[in-house]
Amino acid sequence: HHSLCGLRKAPSRSGPVPQPVLPAGRARLSHSDPRGWDGRGVEEEEEEEEGWHQLYPGHIPTSPLQKALLAAGSAVMALYDPYRHDMVAVLGETTGCLALPNLRDKMKHHPEGYRILQERPRIRLSTLDMARLRELPDGSLGREYVRFLEDNKVSPDTRMPPKFVDDEELAYVIQRYREVHDLMHTLLGMPTNMLGEVVVKWFEAVQTGLPMCVLGAAFGPVRLSARKLQVLATELVPWAIRSGRNASCILNVYYEQRWEQPVESLREEIGIFPPP
Amino acid sequence: MAAARLCRCRCRALLSRPPGAPRALRGLAAGPEMHFGFQTVTEAERREKIYQVFESVAKKYDVMNDSMTLGIHRLWKDILIHKMNPCPGTLLLDVAGGTGDIAFRFINYVRSVRERQLQRKLKHHQNLSWQEIFESYQEDKFNSLGDSQVVVCDINREMLKVGKQKAQHLGYSEGLSWVLGNAEELPFDDDKFDVYTIAFGIRNVTRIDLALQEAYRVLKPGGRFLCLEFSHVSNPLLSRLYDLYSFQVIPVLGEVIAGDWKSYQYLVESIRRFPPQEELKEMIEDAGFFKVNYENLNFGIVAIHSGFKL
Repeated sequence: HHSLCGLRKAPSRSGPVPQPVLPAGRARLSHSDPRGWDGRGVEEEEEEEEGWHQLYPGHIPTSPLQKALLAAGSAVMALYDPYRHDMVAVLGETTGCLALPNLRDKMKHHPEGYRILQERPRIRLSTLDMARLRELPDGSLGREYVRFLEDNKVSPDTRMPPKFVDDEELAYVIQRYREVHDLMHTLLGMPTNMLGEVVVKWFEAVQTGLPMCVLGAAFGPVRLSARKLQVLATELVPWAIRSGRNASCILNVYYEQRWEQPVESLREEIGIFPPP
Repeated sequence: MAAARLCRCRCRALLSRPPGAPRALRGLAAGPEMHFGFQTVTEAERREKIYQVFESVAKKYDVMNDSMTLGIHRLWKDILIHKMNPCPGTLLLDVAGGTGDIAFRFINYVRSVRERQLQRKLKHHQNLSWQEIFESYQEDKFNSLGDSQVVVCDINREMLKVGKQKAQHLGYSEGLSWVLGNAEELPFDDDKFDVYTIAFGIRNVTRIDLALQEAYRVLKPGGRFLCLEFSHVSNPLLSRLYDLYSFQVIPVLGEVIAGDWKSYQYLVESIRRFPPQEELKEMIEDAGFFKVNYENLNFGIVAIHSGFKL
């Protein structure tokens, strides 16, 4: 039942309708190849069972070979040019085929997580009421989250949508993971500099088991100064690991319904130890 | 059972073409139907999509060319210029010349031919008086290209921009001009150019017949048409390897290097859709060219077609 990186078709109950690949106009799909010289028209018929159809907007179906090449290429590129956030995202998608179903199952077996899977909330500027969040009392999740966004000058809209995940529900899971990342920063009290990111990656690695997090956690420190590395190794990473182990699954928290909750209380509830 | 089926799917995916061949959805067509890669679109849509593709790849165009072809595209372009064998004084029109690869090679070639010309002239001048030698220097000094000129014409602003920047960066200034124009409707008068080239561009033209007619129109009588383009590999083993590489590796390279999978998927699909060597030869003959022939490079991965306006 659990296929590896297989091309599982999602049940169509709540998935988005497959749409044409490219943005403009009516791209109709051609059945017969008008150019008779291309004898591969026959092969096209045989590929019917594998099919080429988008499981969600932005989905690009890929073969296992392509996934392997993508994983390798994106890993190298992400190390070579740390500003290529899209490469980190691609790495996560192509290597997550074991961890993502795991996460999804964790969500399914938890009441709040199950609700998240059903309702599919998205954390985006258009869905967040920033003004209302700003007015919440200091120390509440909403207020601290907005403060974090403003202090670090980031926006929740910059998260890449998934492209290479071949299951529509898993695509949502990874999307949710990406959108919750900023909330992780808030809960852990870590800024978005390299040091902060590495700490959050350690925490996420323990929590999710995504190879991308593990790789990021392992290789991220390469670009840090010796002083920071020391702080990292002696205080932050052990804390992150302990918290990660102790905490329940972070994807099982319906954050959108907990903006008023104080950060401290949420930390306690999840099981994250207070930051050093 | 499911595992076996999945296995078969995967094997076929490995060897066969894309997980990218769309199935039929009967819809209403508005305007003549054309292909965009493996999709069917209207003519206007195709132009628009292709414009967008090149707009987005422009900055990484050269890097991608080098990585996809492992640098071999440079050899192909060198061979094209050698086949052209231009002499100083040639007026070249390079259509879809975007980032200037052909133009720069043309200038280099003509410059070296010119240098050799000048050297030979000098040798003959051994027995001249100083005055005469001085005078001959004066007229040749400003003529390193021997009046050769190349006009680079491209429909895409971004590609031209990249080309101009490259020219500046590499130090090409004289004998070079950049024109925004459509291969199907060139902004030039009849009978103007000695040579017309289109390298890896004609595949993206929506109406190839019109482009060929325009090529015929702007060439002088005696002028030469040269087309360098991806073509059909007939060797079956090589063809499979080529397909495997094209469909499995190239879009991945596009995603990793340029952050753009879709444009490179389009690229490999458009290569498959392009007419093979003989058919293109016939199309060129239909436009009025004579002595049309083609030369395969790398077993047909690329072909150079040549014709003359007589």
